[in-house]
Amino acid sequence: MATLEIHDLHVTVEADNATKEILKGVDLTVKQGETHAIMGPNGSGKSTLAYSIAGHPKYTITQGTVTLDGEDVLEMSVDERARAGMFLAMQYPVEVPGVSVSNFLRTSATAIRGEAPKLRTWVKEVKGAMEQLQMDPAFAERNVNEGFSGGEKKRHEILQMELLKPKIAILDETDSGLDVDALRQVSDGVNRVRDTGEVGTLLITHYTRILRYIKPDFVHVFANGRIAESGGAELADKLEAEGYEAYTKGGASA
Amino acid sequence: MAEAQNIPVGSTTAGSIAVAAESTVATRMSAPPSFDVADFPVPHGREEEWRFTPLERLRGLHDGTAVATGGIRVEVSAPAGVTQETVGREDARVGKAGKPVDRVAAQAYSSFEKASVVTVPKETVLTEPIRIAVHGEGGTAFAHQVIEVGAFAEALVVIDHTGDAVLAANVDYLLGDGAKLTVVSVQDWDDKAVHIAQHNALIGRDASFKSVVVTFGGDVVRLHPRVEYAGTGGEAELLGLYVTDAGQHQEHRLLVDHNQPHCKSNVIYKGALQGDDAHAVWIGDVLIEAAAEGTDTYEMNRNLVLTDGARVDSVPNLEIETGEIVGAGHASATGRFDDEQLFYLQSRGIPEGEARRLVVRGFFAELIQQIGLPDVEERLLTKIEEELEASAA
Repeated sequence: MATLEIHDLHVTVEADNATKEILKGVDLTVKQGETHAIMGPNGSGKSTLAYSIAGHPKYTITQGTVTLDGEDVLEMSVDERARAGMFLAMQYPVEVPGVSVSNFLRTSATAIRGEAPKLRTWVKEVKGAMEQLQMDPAFAERNVNEGFSGGEKKRHEILQMELLKPKIAILDETDSGLDVDALRQVSDGVNRVRDTGEVGTLLITHYTRILRYIKPDFVHVFANGRIAESGGAELADKLEAEGYEAYTKGGASA
Repeated sequence: MAEAQNIPVGSTTAGSIAVAAESTVATRMSAPPSFDVADFPVPHGREEEWRFTPLERLRGLHDGTAVATGGIRVEVSAPAGVTQETVGREDARVGKAGKPVDRVAAQAYSSFEKASVVTVPKETVLTEPIRIAVHGEGGTAFAHQVIEVGAFAEALVVIDHTGDAVLAANVDYLLGDGAKLTVVSVQDWDDKAVHIAQHNALIGRDASFKSVVVTFGGDVVRLHPRVEYAGTGGEAELLGLYVTDAGQHQEHRLLVDHNQPHCKSNVIYKGALQGDDAHAVWIGDVLIEAAAEGTDTYEMNRNLVLTDGARVDSVPNLEIETGEIVGAGHASATGRFDDEQLFYLQSRGIPEGEARRLVVRGFFAELIQQIGLPDVEERLLTKIEEELEASAA
C-alpha cells in the first residue's frame, strides 16, 4: 500500500529580495485509500505544501523529508514524481496554447503508464471519463486550459486524475470558484477515483463546503506553516462553526 | 489594436499606427527605389533600413566589394505545361514586380548575369509543385528569379535554399488576374551562409498570393517580402516562421502596399529564438494609400524566447491614408518560454525535453496549420524539432 510521508518539512520562497519561510515543520502521513482534508486560512502555507511536494522550482526545501513508499520524492524531478504516482490538481491550471487536450492527455498517459495506451480503448476511456464529468466531446479539441471557464479548468484537472490514476492525489483548492453543480460533478469525479481504494487524497481547501461531497477520514488545520490540529471529520464541523480565529490569533502569521 | 506583452530583457517591440499625408514607409528609406546600385549610398549602419543589420557580416554585399564567383547550383523541376527561360535584364518581365529598395537589392539587380523566368501559362492549374532547389557550394552570387503565373492559373512553388553561399537576389512574383500562387521559400542554409533577398509580388485583379517564408539557417538572412496590387480584389497572405539559433541574425522586413481598393492582406510571422546572440528582426510595414478604400488588413508577429542571450526587435507599422476601410490591425508580442507551462506538463509525467517540444510545437501549430500543404507542414514540424534537439544537445 502506497504511503506518502512528510516529515519536518521546512520550505522557503524568495520574495522581494528576502527569503521567507512558509512551511515550518510539517508532519503528515497519507496512505492509499485515505482522504485527508487540509484546511486553513489564506496565507497559512497550504498551497505551498502542495507545490513543494509536486516540485515547483519556486520553492526551496530547507529541511525535512518527503518519501513515497520509502523513495525520496525530493530527489526526483517534477515529471519523475508524477510517474512515481503523485498528482497535483492545481488551483490555477496553466494554459498551453497550440496543444490540444486530447494530445496532452495522451502524451501524459503515455508518460505515466510507460507505454502508449491502445488507441481504441483510449478513445473510449477518455470519452467515458468526459461524459461522467459532463464535458462536451468538443472539449478534447480545444487547447489546454485556453479560454476555459473556472469550472472547465477544474473538470479538466479531475479528468486527468481519473485517467492517470495516481497513488497520491493532492487537490489544491479544487472547490474554489465552482458553483454548486460544478462542485458536485467535480466531487463525483474525485469520489469515483477514491472508491477504487487505490488513491490517497490530500484535499486542500479554505471552505468546508466541499467536505459535504467528499468525506474526509482526517481533517488537519493548517496555520502559520504547520499543522496546528488534527482530528476526524468532526473537526471540519467545528471549523464551520468557529472559523480559523482560534488558530490565527496570537500566531506569528502576518 | 496594438498590443505588447511579456517583453523580456533583450527584446524590443515598437509599434505605430500613423495617419499620414505622406508615407514615411517610403520617405524614411535613404534613397528612392532604383535598379541602379549607384543610386544608393553605401550604408554605414545608422540608416533606418540598416540599423538592425550587422553590415560587417554581409561579406561585402552592401559596399560593392563582393565579387560573383558562381558556386551556387539552381535546379528547377516543374510539371508539364510550365516553361523555363533564361533571359537578360532587358526582358519586360524582369523587375516588373518592383524596383530594388535598398543597396543590396540594387547590387543584385545590377550584378546578375541572366535572370531565370518560370512561367505558368494562363488557365493552367498545376496539381504538382514547381520545385526550385538553390544549393550553395561556397560561392558568391547575384541572382534574379521571376515566377509568372498567368490569368486564372494556379501554382505552388517550393524554393529550397541549402548549403553555404553568399547570395543577393531579387525574386519577382507576377500574378495575372484571378491567378493563385503559393510560394514556400525555405532558408535552410548552413551556418556560414549570407542571404539577402527582396521578394516583389505584383498581384493581379482578384488574384491571390500566399507566401510562406521559413528561415532556419544561415549566419545572416535578411529577406524583404513586398506586395503590391495591380488591380482590385487581390489577396495576400504572408506567413513566416523562423527558428533563430545562437549567433544567427534573421531579419524579415515586410511591406504590404495597399495601392488599390478592395484588397486584403494578412501577415503572420512567428519565431522562436535560442542561444547567445540569436537576433531576430521583424519589420512589418503596411501602407493603405488614399485610393485603397475597402482595404482589409491585419499583421501579427509573435516571438518565443527560449533562452537567455537572445534578442528580438519587432516593429509593426501601419500607415493609413484613407478611413474608408474594412479593417486594419497589427499586433506584436514577445514572450519568454513559460516555466509554468513546463511545470504543468512535467507534473503530468511528461519529461522536460518532451514538454518543451510540446510547447514550441504548440506555439507554431496554429501558423503551420494555415500553410495548407500537409507534406510541407510535416517537414517543418520535424525540422523545428531537430533545431530544438540540436540546441539542447
